Amino acid sequence: MTGFGKYMIFLGSLFVRRETFATYYKLILEECVQIGVNSAFLFILVSTFIGAVTTVQTAYNMVSPLIPRFVISQVVREMTVLELAPTIMAIIYAGKIGSSMAGGIGTMRITEQIDALEVMGINSSSYLVLPKIVASILMYPLLVVLSGVCAIIGGYLVGQFINIITPTEYVSGLRFGFNDFEIIIALTKSFVFAFLISSISSFKGYFTKGGALEVGIASTEAVTSSVIAVLLADYFIVNIMLR
Amino acid sequence: MIKVRDISKSFGDKMVLDGIDAEFSKGKTNLIIGSSGTGKSVLLKCIVGLINPDQGDVFYDLRNFTEADKEVKSEIRREIGMLFQGGALFDSKNVEENVMFPLEVLTKTPLDEMRDRANHCLKRVGLENANKKAVSEISGGMKKRVGIARAIVNNPNYLFCDEPNSGLDPQTSILIDELIAEITHELDITTVVVTHDMNSVIGIGENIIFLYKGHKLWEGNNADITHSGVSQLDDFVFANKVMGKMRGI
Repeated sequence: MTGFGKYMIFLGSLFVRRETFATYYKLILEECVQIGVNSAFLFILVSTFIGAVTTVQTAYNMVSPLIPRFVISQVVREMTVLELAPTIMAIIYAGKIGSSMAGGIGTMRITEQIDALEVMGINSSSYLVLPKIVASILMYPLLVVLSGVCAIIGGYLVGQFINIITPTEYVSGLRFGFNDFEIIIALTKSFVFAFLISSISSFKGYFTKGGALEVGIASTEAVTSSVIAVLLADYFIVNIMLR
Repeated sequence: MIKVRDISKSFGDKMVLDGIDAEFSKGKTNLIIGSSGTGKSVLLKCIVGLINPDQGDVFYDLRNFTEADKEVKSEIRREIGMLFQGGALFDSKNVEENVMFPLEVLTKTPLDEMRDRANHCLKRVGLENANKKAVSEISGGMKKRVGIARAIVNNPNYLFCDEPNSGLDPQTSILIDELIAEITHELDITTVVVTHDMNSVIGIGENIIFLYKGHKLWEGNNADITHSGVSQLDDFVFANKVMGKMRGI
């Protein structure tokens, strides 16, 4: 509970003694490139392959001739929109971006760069962390959309390549019984997860004490805590929105 | 002028500073000296507000910094320049950007003026050709000089240096000391240097306070330090073999 209280105070500190809008604007753009553009390749790669593998495995499990083939792409769509794109990618995002945030801020802490900001009269938490959270909230939903599209394309391509589903069946399955509310659920998840991962990781890095070993520990803790928070939030969001 | 009144600080059961009173004069290089672990850096961090003291006050030209709210503290801090032990330069920026940084964040100076000012400060510390270099490309001594340039770029009223000579060879140490003293006199600012380097003490110590186990045992200047009559200070001053030979003279 002490840790949670400290986290809440930390979040509150982001909004006091803020710098000018121009300062944040520049920092947010830099973070968007770092978080979004530099992560796009990994997201495309992972989601395309997961989409492809899901298609193959679903086809492998559908042995009954009574089940139409378009169900394969329906399963891929449901998995992608509800879980793969927002949640599984959040775990990858925590591993790549979360650990990088914790490591970067932790290194700044142990090399007195954060002290230097404070001595200059700059609110270091607001200056360093707020742009990361805002950039994360802006970029992660875009990465989730990209990931969803790539997973579905991956499934489509592999379906044609090994001849388990025709293009017509695949597209029919994608469209059959589609509920657009699922997109809203996925995007809600993406905003919440982006906030949780960026804020928890920055929090872990910001309060690093010691040396290089502790920076490593902070990075690991950032990933672990972020993943736990994401899974808990996932459960609550689904419970609330799908009732 | 900076005045420190009755500053105490403990970490757990360990009393690191015990009722320290001191005055650091304007236009002079004020030194806080003592062996490792005597609380020098903790005192410096209490003065600049990086650590909150358990009791006591710090006054910046009669403004009580310890009791001030965050806004006032922030205002006072904008008059402070600080050189950290490891330089504390931002890895993501090059030398010139590091020096420009306080102007960029704290002022509305146009970019060209900021660049001119940064290059002027870099020239002042003898680094006119290093402005585009990455922090990882420069030596320890250069990092200290960039740190000094960054500390003075905003025309501070107070300059703090935490062990400016640590990790430097004797010749570079002397250059850094001389630079700090010159800047102090040139800008007529209050400079506080934490050090345990006797070359610095003898070279630039216009006002020196000696800390021993969290207490202030002596205050004076570099002319008096070799005949202070305080045994703990004598042990510190003459610990070096060369200085030890002088002790007998």
